Amino acid sequence: MDAQNIAGEGIGARVRRKEDARHLRGRGSFVSDMVLPGQSEVAFLRSPVAHGRIRRVVKPKGHESAIYLRADLEGAKAIVTPLTIPGYKPSEHHPLAHEKVRFVGEPIALCVGATRAEAEDLAERIELEIDELPALVDAHAARANAEVRVHDHWSDNLFLTLNFENGFAAGSAGADIVVKREVNLSRQAMVPMEGKAVLAHWDERADQLVVHSSTQVPHIIRVGLAQFLGLGEGQIRIVSPDVGGGFGYKCVLQPEELCVAWLAIRHRRPFRYIEDRREHLVAGANARQHHYRITAYADRAGRLKAVDAEISIDGGAYSAWPFTVGLEPGQATGNLPGPYDFRGYRCKTHCVATNKPGFLPYRGVARTGVCFAMELVIDAVARAAGREPWQVRHDNLVPATAMPYDNVTRKHYDSGDYPKSLLTAKEKIGFDAWRERQKRGEADGRRIGIGFATYCEQSAHGVGVFSAWGLPMIPGYDNATVRVTPDGGLELSAGVHSHGQGMETTLAQIAHQVLGVELGKIRVVLGDTALTPFSTGTYASRSIVMAGGAVANACKTLAPRLAAIGAHLMQCAVNTVRVENGQVAGPLRAVAFRDIAEAFYMRPERLPPDVDPGGLEATVAFKPKVDTGAFSYASHAAVVAVNTALGQVEILDYVIVADCGTQVNPMVVEGQTLGGAAQGLGTALYEETPYDANGQPLASTFADYMLPGANEVPAIRIFHTQTPSPYTEYGIKGMGEGGAIAPPAVIFNAVNDALKDLGVEVSETPLTPRRLLTAIAAAEARREGTKP
Amino acid sequence: MKAAKFDYARPRDLAEATKLLAQGNGAAKALAGGQSLGPMLNLRLARPGLLVDISRLEELKAVSDGGDHWRIGAGVTHSRLEDAAGRMPGAEMICLVAAGIAYRSVRNRGTIGGSLAHADPAADWPLALAALGATVEIAGPKGKRRVAAQALMSGAFTTALDDAELIAGVTVPKLSAKARWGYYKFCIKPGEFPEASAAVVFDSARNAARVFIGALDGPPVALSGIAVAVAASGALPGAAEIDAAVARAAPSLDAVDRRLHAAVLSRALQQAVAP
Repeated sequence: MDAQNIAGEGIGARVRRKEDARHLRGRGSFVSDMVLPGQSEVAFLRSPVAHGRIRRVVKPKGHESAIYLRADLEGAKAIVTPLTIPGYKPSEHHPLAHEKVRFVGEPIALCVGATRAEAEDLAERIELEIDELPALVDAHAARANAEVRVHDHWSDNLFLTLNFENGFAAGSAGADIVVKREVNLSRQAMVPMEGKAVLAHWDERADQLVVHSSTQVPHIIRVGLAQFLGLGEGQIRIVSPDVGGGFGYKCVLQPEELCVAWLAIRHRRPFRYIEDRREHLVAGANARQHHYRITAYADRAGRLKAVDAEISIDGGAYSAWPFTVGLEPGQATGNLPGPYDFRGYRCKTHCVATNKPGFLPYRGVARTGVCFAMELVIDAVARAAGREPWQVRHDNLVPATAMPYDNVTRKHYDSGDYPKSLLTAKEKIGFDAWRERQKRGEADGRRIGIGFATYCEQSAHGVGVFSAWGLPMIPGYDNATVRVTPDGGLELSAGVHSHGQGMETTLAQIAHQVLGVELGKIRVVLGDTALTPFSTGTYASRSIVMAGGAVANACKTLAPRLAAIGAHLMQCAVNTVRVENGQVAGPLRAVAFRDIAEAFYMRPERLPPDVDPGGLEATVAFKPKVDTGAFSYASHAAVVAVNTALGQVEILDYVIVADCGTQVNPMVVEGQTLGGAAQGLGTALYEETPYDANGQPLASTFADYMLPGANEVPAIRIFHTQTPSPYTEYGIKGMGEGGAIAPPAVIFNAVNDALKDLGVEVSETPLTPRRLLTAIAAAEARREGTKP
Repeated sequence: MKAAKFDYARPRDLAEATKLLAQGNGAAKALAGGQSLGPMLNLRLARPGLLVDISRLEELKAVSDGGDHWRIGAGVTHSRLEDAAGRMPGAEMICLVAAGIAYRSVRNRGTIGGSLAHADPAADWPLALAALGATVEIAGPKGKRRVAAQALMSGAFTTALDDAELIAGVTVPKLSAKARWGYYKFCIKPGEFPEASAAVVFDSARNAARVFIGALDGPPVALSGIAVAVAASGALPGAAEIDAAVARAAPSLDAVDRRLHAAVLSRALQQAVAP
């Protein structure tokens, strides 16, 4: 780790997280911990088939009033997600299945019981008759099949196709090296520790629907519920308490939220639904499934001239609100060129409807896929050029001297030294020594391989980016409120949320940086629409940049007001005082915020006659000067030992060299990086939801769905450099997703390096023993000439 | 994911337990450590009318030295056997196998008898106890009977136990000082059920040469040809010989699984024949 011995509690200080005290003692408050008087529990009857027409649903006699079908949910509209991209077809996602079921696990009926077990008893007594239809399980087959359609009123099974071309013909002409590859990522679930959880009741006093939901985006859920339930926004309060991981799973309006909210409105009493693990693994397998045909054109030395790609994304059955299923293809098309400098690019991306749960944006959104495809191709180009992959990678990275740099998809990279991050990773992993050892061979017969991957990560992107995708919701200004309490402490509130990111600590550190109030006296309120100003919420690595900027702005708005009162109390000119360390310092003495606050709130006779009536509380918005994104970047390097008899990959060393601009709290940055990398290793080696030909998911419990655990995540060594963004407050860049982007690429490159002499090249996640052994056997067969 | 309704009984002794099971008429199920049955109840894959909780029966919890064998009560947890390493001469393999089962929290509750009765083809005990030539002691309403561990499992999740019978204990012959053994399993990650597993025991003093592979579709399978050959030569067979033996023993394996099982068997044999 870099030495970060910044004293104090402001930006750059390694202070411990405020939220740890309750979480380490098991005293957090999650929706599952909440019980309201008279609360009922909800269970869903979910579709047992992937695709079918609902013929009949019969409620068990005597229990009709405890079971609800789509037709019973009067006033609840289907979730429809418009998008302005030409050719995009929106889906109609009813909160409970309407006429058809489109994936295994789709909710059909909602059952209410005193306990969850009783609600489940009801669910299994419902008689269900479904005429099964052929399941569309493979995206390629679904795209080719216009006869069987996920959405009957469509003409085919395409949500949308994106085409992008810039300088391709010129770039690809006369290339010395042309490398074609097929790359595949399997479908997986996000598997937060806490799944969906929602508790809704009607507050008679406030005349409000109150929904406690495990969500990343409380204000957006309010917008969504108002829209799809036909309530005024003021009639809804969303409270998101402690949230056990989001990762994108909880940044969209969930049909279950709609259903439980509807029950609370109808019956004016509390209802709760807690997703269980099987429901999550079955109905939440909604991420990462991309397929690439990619061709790279390069000169003799491997310097890229152009890239051509056809990407197919298995979008599942429905387009989620508000981000839509279009986000993934948009990000894939735009981010495939990654940190590289080349001028010819052509990309066609299909997002296909299939009989699987609808695609959602998972930590890294499309970039884990594009990084995987691009980095595997860079290594393939290097092999074709007969050069070291790190050298070819290095020569193609955007050089620091070119920053800010507008790339081939017109993304504006704000700052950074990409080549240096790669060279540092090479040095830190001890590349030369590993190459030596690799040449000597291992006593146990395993093969050593070294892999690299470099990426850049657009964070905190705003108006231009999101409006280009035509989303129904465009993030722009983010708000924060800062209030000086009568005892001179601070209360901060922001509409973003924190579910592992440590925002209660880092936002306080930013306020401390401006006003100098000690962290122990700064409270941070998040996750409640009644208590926080509007924000579109926490996603896309945006919160520390956006809410952090807003907190800084609000604090800076209060500073002159505090100075004016302080100067008056000291009877000195306002231009002679400074705001620092939680006080206003004058030429002779200082006056504490506590005294200023006391004057403002309790002893107004002490105030200057021209005191700012805005007082000691301000809600201020923030948007970066240029809001096309602050680009964090990193190089990952790994050394693996591959056992070719067992198909087993052991990670011997793993290094991350990352740069996310100014770090607010390096410990939080490291924690985020490490957590992301663990998830990325899951994508690389373990996590997968396979489907059979009928669209049945084959990993519905943790017996079949493998997650990396403490044994599987190596002791990752993290190094950080700091290249501030020129466009954000304090030069901060977002970094919440980055760790999850590179691991598949770096692991596969390392394995391919290890098995180069055997002619083995793997390119499909996750790299299970079966996949690896199959690839090894195929290479053996090729060598022996037993197969063409 | 909550269990369907069931009745619950906690018998005082083994006799009452088998009586309750008999009264259940096939709808009763014994609950020991609950490490497999618990999740199956919650997933509603197991739906017994009556759960007969035998987890507190003291008479199932004894481990005793029988001179030429160890007798292990069915209710003995994996972690007790793991922790007995160094204190059960002749049962070193038992302690090692116990230590490799799932995770410590599972080992703290899961029992040797429960694992045998559950009969998961990928489980450790059916394989290890078959290779060790152990005998399973079964209690029923008509008294006790004994079955070779190798013959207990008749298929995946099915055993020779009838509805009213319980496993009371396991008798494991002690290995002599000259015994050579090996146990290897390959899991995608430690603690998960293996993709392939193998157990081998050679003890000339007891006239034993047993080679088994596990994690198949059904019970572990004996590879007697390899067992005889290795016992005679004391050397590791060639890769082709191992591969062919695995193919004969488990003809339904595809090429990848055969390769994996052969690699795993080869490692278990290596442990046994290594100087």
